[in-house]
Amino acid sequence: MEKVEKGTLTAQAGPDPMLAPGHSYATVTDKIAAVPLEVGWPKFWIVGFTIAFSILMMLLATITYLVLKGIGIWGVNVPVGWGFDIINFVWWIGIGHAGTLISAILLLLKQQWRMSISRFAEAMTLFAVACAFLYPALHTGRPWVAYWLLPYPNTMSMWPQPRSPLLWDVFAVSTYATISLVFWYVGLIPDLASMRDKAKAKFAQVAYGLLALGWRGSARHWNHYEIASLVLAGMSTPLVLSVHTVVSFDFAVGLIPGWHTTIFPPYFVAGAIYSGFAMVLTLAIPLRAWYKMQDFITMKHIDNMCKVMLATGLIVAYGYFMEAFMSWYSGNLWEQFMFKNRTTGPYGWAYWFLILFNIMVPQVLWLKKARANVALVFILSLVINIGMWLERFVIIVTSLHRDFLPSSWGMYYPTKYDWSMFIGTMGLFLTLLFLFVRLLPAISIFEVRTLIPRAEKGGSH
Amino acid sequence: MRKPLYGLMAEFETPEQLVRAAEAAHHEGYRKMDAYSPLPIEELHHAMHIPDSPLPKFVLAGGIAGMIGGFGLLYWIAAITYPLNVGGRPYNSWPAFIPITFETTVLLAGLTTLVTLVFLCGFPMPYHPVFNVPRFKHASRDRFFLCIEAEDTKFDLQRTKEFLRTLHAHEVAEVEI
Repeated sequence: MEKVEKGTLTAQAGPDPMLAPGHSYATVTDKIAAVPLEVGWPKFWIVGFTIAFSILMMLLATITYLVLKGIGIWGVNVPVGWGFDIINFVWWIGIGHAGTLISAILLLLKQQWRMSISRFAEAMTLFAVACAFLYPALHTGRPWVAYWLLPYPNTMSMWPQPRSPLLWDVFAVSTYATISLVFWYVGLIPDLASMRDKAKAKFAQVAYGLLALGWRGSARHWNHYEIASLVLAGMSTPLVLSVHTVVSFDFAVGLIPGWHTTIFPPYFVAGAIYSGFAMVLTLAIPLRAWYKMQDFITMKHIDNMCKVMLATGLIVAYGYFMEAFMSWYSGNLWEQFMFKNRTTGPYGWAYWFLILFNIMVPQVLWLKKARANVALVFILSLVINIGMWLERFVIIVTSLHRDFLPSSWGMYYPTKYDWSMFIGTMGLFLTLLFLFVRLLPAISIFEVRTLIPRAEKGGSH
Repeated sequence: MRKPLYGLMAEFETPEQLVRAAEAAHHEGYRKMDAYSPLPIEELHHAMHIPDSPLPKFVLAGGIAGMIGGFGLLYWIAAITYPLNVGGRPYNSWPAFIPITFETTVLLAGLTTLVTLVFLCGFPMPYHPVFNVPRFKHASRDRFFLCIEAEDTKFDLQRTKEFLRTLHAHEVAEVEI
């Protein structure tokens, strides 16, 4: 008779467990650690990495040309001075938010299902932030002096403007990248020790050993470690909310119709989590199939992620509705024109596709059958990724291309370099991701161990 | 001549056995000991009477330093060294400084967490005597270990070994330095 001890972490029993039955500490460790240590170079990895790496080379070629010629090779010009660079920056930063949500907010809420997906969701955060970072740095036109954005004593005797949301953004994004890296690394330490102890090759032992810092699973260390994780989660939670809030301030603090609204911060944060979960699903579904990780990333995980998408998608829908309502209710001529232009103007098609992709189609997720259909969920995740990209396109381009005076109206057309740079960042993202799954345990081993039911067989004291 | 001993290491199969063993060892009067497990076990902290980690105090100090430093930097830029008169608005426009002050608070508190964790654990420590036990590599996989250190005043090779055997230890090994 198995009696589950009170107060210990246990996997949920039932038809949709968070960990397939029949696992022990040893099998969990062996199976997850085998991906970097024993699986080696499967065909899908080589093919996938080759494609991703080729796209990354396209990015490097684009950046080289960009640095040589200047940002005139992009489609940005008066009146649309913010084009793909800011659209893609916001898109990538938003994608990163799901990783922190899963690792920090769900940790504080004691959601055990986060454990098997947190590691690679956090990796996804780091890589998405790396992609996002490229855009503002290159948009300065002189990326070699991008450090001018930081406040430091210099011979020009100049300082950045601390009242500007653009400087807030510098601090928010760099803090976010740093703390995400710290959180990710701290989470990796016990698993790096497992990898060190399991590795057979000398090089792998030394490399994992150095990174593990000498972790030996001491109870005294776990004591510090658990509180450190909790503290980091506690800090990352407001941090992640602040990052997209500050990103939305880049717009909301400006006076442009369609940007100057107070709903932007919550609506941007919800949109970020929405797109981030879509990206987690886009990555998790093929990964679990290729590496046969269905035991760890179960249908329960997919189901929960779909529900989070559904909820955040509805918050986003509320944001769209409020934008429409406020443009009417404010009685402001420019706001009303902006909304009319956004829905029926030259970029009206983008708005209606965004409504279709972000609001209409994902309503399928109300059905349990739809959430249980992995192929459908995968397609939906792609649809939402595109929808959220269109949202940023609509917000940025439709507000800018109709200036206050009709004499300064214009159109924005991305050039081939805009596209090669955007697709190129996907190459960077996927290259880093392929290297990550090849070199590090993609699922947190020690956290999955805590999901194993701890059965107490008649204690004797 | 025998090599000096670091301690005696007992191996257990389940977290519950380890917790009970640690409890019993503490009850028996052993103080210089440590338990090793592949996953955090909350009950173990109580069983071994491990004091609460001082880490949060360091983090709080780091966060306060980040807050004061961040706000001070902005105040110094905007009001002292590089004042810009924007339509006669005050130089110390503190509400506009809050977002960056928040970020520097989190940044310093987060970095302090990492540094303090590494410092409190005594890392990096690539060598430790417990690694000399061949079975110890299972401590990061599926086994649970309790090591009573030779420095403990109650430590006696024979008696401690027998004591550990009474705890249903799977195996008791001598840990060489």
